[in-house]
Amino acid sequence: MFEQWNGFKAGKWQDEINVRDFIQLNYTPYEGDESFLAGPTDRTKKVYEKFDALLKEEQAKGGVLDVDTVTVSSLTAYIPGYLDKENEIIVGLQTDKPLRRGVNPFGGMNMVRKACKAYGYELSEVVEEEFRYRTTHNDGVFRVYNDEIRAARHTGIITGLPDAYGRGRIIGDYRRVALYGVDKLIEEKLRDKAAIAANDVLAEDIRRLEELFQQINFLGKLKEMAAMYDCDISVPAKDSREAVQWLYFGYLGAIKEQNGAAMSLGRTSTFLDIYFERDLKNGTYTEEQIQEIMDDFVMKLRMARHLRTPEYNELFAGDPMWITEAIGGMGEDGRTLVTKNSFRVLHTLYNLNPSAEPNMTVLWSTQLPHAFKRFCAKVSCDTDSIQYENDDVMRPVYGDDYAIACCVSAMRVGKDMQFFGARANLVKLLLMALNGGKDEKSGMQVAPAGKKFEGEYLDYDTVLDLMNEYRPWLAKTYVKAMNMIHYMHDKYAYEKVQMALHDTDVHRYMAFGAAGLSVLADSLSAIKYAKVKVIRDENGLITDFETTGDFPKYGNDDDRADMIAKEQIELFFNELKKVPTYRDAEHTLSILTITSNVVYGKKTGNTPDGRRAGEPFAPGANPMHGRDASGALASLNSVAKLSYDCCKDGISNTFCVIPQALGADNETRYENLSGIIDGYFSQNAQHININVFDREMLIDASEHPEKYPNLTIRVSGYAVNFHKLSKEQQREVIARTFHGNM
Amino acid sequence: MENQLLGKVHSFQSLGAVDGPGIRFVVFMQGCPYRCPYCHNPDTRPFSGGEEYTVEEIVKKAVRFKSYFGEKGGVTVSGGEPLAQAEFVAALFEELHKAGINTALDTAGYPVNEAVKKVLEHTDTVLCDIKFPTDEQYKNYIGTSLDTVLNFIDECNKYDISIIIRHVVVPGMTDSVENIKQIAALAKRAKSLQKIELLPFKKLCVQKYDELGIDFPLKNTPECDTKTIDKLKNLL
Repeated sequence: MFEQWNGFKAGKWQDEINVRDFIQLNYTPYEGDESFLAGPTDRTKKVYEKFDALLKEEQAKGGVLDVDTVTVSSLTAYIPGYLDKENEIIVGLQTDKPLRRGVNPFGGMNMVRKACKAYGYELSEVVEEEFRYRTTHNDGVFRVYNDEIRAARHTGIITGLPDAYGRGRIIGDYRRVALYGVDKLIEEKLRDKAAIAANDVLAEDIRRLEELFQQINFLGKLKEMAAMYDCDISVPAKDSREAVQWLYFGYLGAIKEQNGAAMSLGRTSTFLDIYFERDLKNGTYTEEQIQEIMDDFVMKLRMARHLRTPEYNELFAGDPMWITEAIGGMGEDGRTLVTKNSFRVLHTLYNLNPSAEPNMTVLWSTQLPHAFKRFCAKVSCDTDSIQYENDDVMRPVYGDDYAIACCVSAMRVGKDMQFFGARANLVKLLLMALNGGKDEKSGMQVAPAGKKFEGEYLDYDTVLDLMNEYRPWLAKTYVKAMNMIHYMHDKYAYEKVQMALHDTDVHRYMAFGAAGLSVLADSLSAIKYAKVKVIRDENGLITDFETTGDFPKYGNDDDRADMIAKEQIELFFNELKKVPTYRDAEHTLSILTITSNVVYGKKTGNTPDGRRAGEPFAPGANPMHGRDASGALASLNSVAKLSYDCCKDGISNTFCVIPQALGADNETRYENLSGIIDGYFSQNAQHININVFDREMLIDASEHPEKYPNLTIRVSGYAVNFHKLSKEQQREVIARTFHGNM
Repeated sequence: MENQLLGKVHSFQSLGAVDGPGIRFVVFMQGCPYRCPYCHNPDTRPFSGGEEYTVEEIVKKAVRFKSYFGEKGGVTVSGGEPLAQAEFVAALFEELHKAGINTALDTAGYPVNEAVKKVLEHTDTVLCDIKFPTDEQYKNYIGTSLDTVLNFIDECNKYDISIIIRHVVVPGMTDSVENIKQIAALAKRAKSLQKIELLPFKKLCVQKYDELGIDFPLKNTPECDTKTIDKLKNLL
């Protein structure tokens, strides 16, 4: 037994890698309120000022402060960097300088070259030369893509395929570094490797052996990296500061090695609380010091950066990393997993100003302690920086030690991983089905030519039949592309650190996405309940519609429209499931667009619901802007009808409400906001982003950014600094439905 | 169904957080006999408009929001003047109570008759306006008497209903210290007085008046700011 474990309750976690067992035996549920919290210390304020100055400089330079174009990012590639060496509590930067971005070409060279260029840099000849003799993930994928996938990608019926950069969405169990130390983790992996080598050893075993070799190799590098900062992480962390530091080193190693699209932190705050409680009891740390550690930790997380192209930002705006931290939730034994540290991590939004990162995600249960619910609602009203996900629907599936990858996608920490990618544009599927497999914008034949709509007025049954005709093609093309992408990513850009912090026998999901649900539902509803005449161009392509009469719209708690949405999602998911996946991953589906709803809209022609070509879709599973006219709760009820069973990768809903609509005074607002979340989630809805502000403020912020430097808003699944959105994206956010009853 | 009564409804609001305790589904009834100069919803005044609903249809809608109501929330019937359709509201409240839903009535006060009594039997909270402290002002501005309102409050007392008294603060008209003190004194008449809400006069309704082609009598009156409200609140 390690002496660092003194004072912890013994259990099977000591004999095997089992963080959950450690947590369950040792954590202290907290049902009290926030009155114990400590404000920022002078040290924190001083360090934050330095950081804030850099942020301003970064913004002034167009979003990128500095790029090291010579060094390829990896764990030990840079000399240790510091923000303020004397005053930092938690150390470690991605490169040698704060906010300086590294280049990571393993996902693809093009992305790196273009990103450097976009910000006025040139990728160095050293890196160019080195990668002339290397295959990247991107190279691999394009060696195997066929014409159909290329066409689907080109027209945008499938968008956002992670074929040019790191796939992300994998959450290492960074807690293991703190609890066990790296040597113990290596020892376990060596044992697993020996066990596999004793098999017959065919292709999959050989692949696993090589992966384990890489994992072990990189655990070694992780130790080296920490040693450069004078820390010995071969052994477990011995106290509060070390626990945070060790855990952060795990995360830092991951983001030095990978530039994945979403690099979640996991579910760390309650784990850390165990160390904090021990030290508070021993009297070795005070509450103020503990908060200071958390503040410093969160500041480090806010410094994480990847180098992206402007095109990438058009899809996923605001330079997000999705450093998602899952907070709270309930345990399977009925005790709450809320601890004092659940409060502390949220409190950093006050001590360090509101911010988009880390992506604060509260695992909400109707059973959560009242004081915590109230505190969350208060933080939402004050900062607009929290998203809520329904622990009561996820716990039965994933147990009580899951975290959220990216925005809404649950996985058991250290036990599940996922192959994520892209979204299918279901609105384009409708238009393509009407046009016999042709793209409605370019006229290009994308799906194999088949039946098309011949008449003048669309009738519902014929349209559904046509969609049934083309849906299998879309599903198959999508799954094939994903299989190729993830095969190549495993081969050329394997996540060595992150997978080393997983069990060797890992469960894999393949997470698909769908976009345009509300436009599709409303379009089909128009076809069913109103009269829709098709308009063809000179080539006979259906490019526009004339819709007369009213029709029910998704978002008004009206089953006539809502059930169309529900059915269409289920049809698509069932079709995806028919196509086999790489490494037998389990199919899942999300209705989540991030900010890409703007780009999806751009790539989509006129639709029968009256939306004009190029206009944005609604984000995620949201009803279309302005069409949810029956009030906020009716809108929520509609989204709650979508089935989590077939969208286990998440159903994102972004909710904007004006403060006055929640009540006349703050306490009433907190109580009502908490009541809204309870009411929505008790109908088995999965996710809600909450923004409490009015449109006038956003318009003002758009025109006078200097007045709102820290304005953070929740978009589909993450938070973003409002000023990092393009003007076009800002306009789309401003156009969203704001619920209020003035 | 026994309740084939029809109610004329102006509109619904699924998230009401300022019309009674907790989160409320608000039913705005169509039609009002009064003509308050600062009326916020002139479109709900005529008895000729609105859409007809049965009790059952509204209960069905309300039940869809039950999960949000928690311990305090429920349905608020507002208007218009809901008690102008008292028979319907009584039937509605009775059915809501059967469905386990809390009821609140947002009224300007109304002559007590049998139908009104039936409403109060099934009312958990009354939000009652006291618009002016004198009978004279009531007659001049509203078209009813202060006594009507006070009698109505007395009737509520018989049913032990908790009451929220509301008063719109209009600059130059009802914002004097004296006026607020008088309102507060009158409010004491309610046995289970929950609170007195001072509502600032706003002019967001100007557009509605324009659309309806009616003159907004207070178009030249300034809005009431929060500072004034906060100051006056201290008198309560």
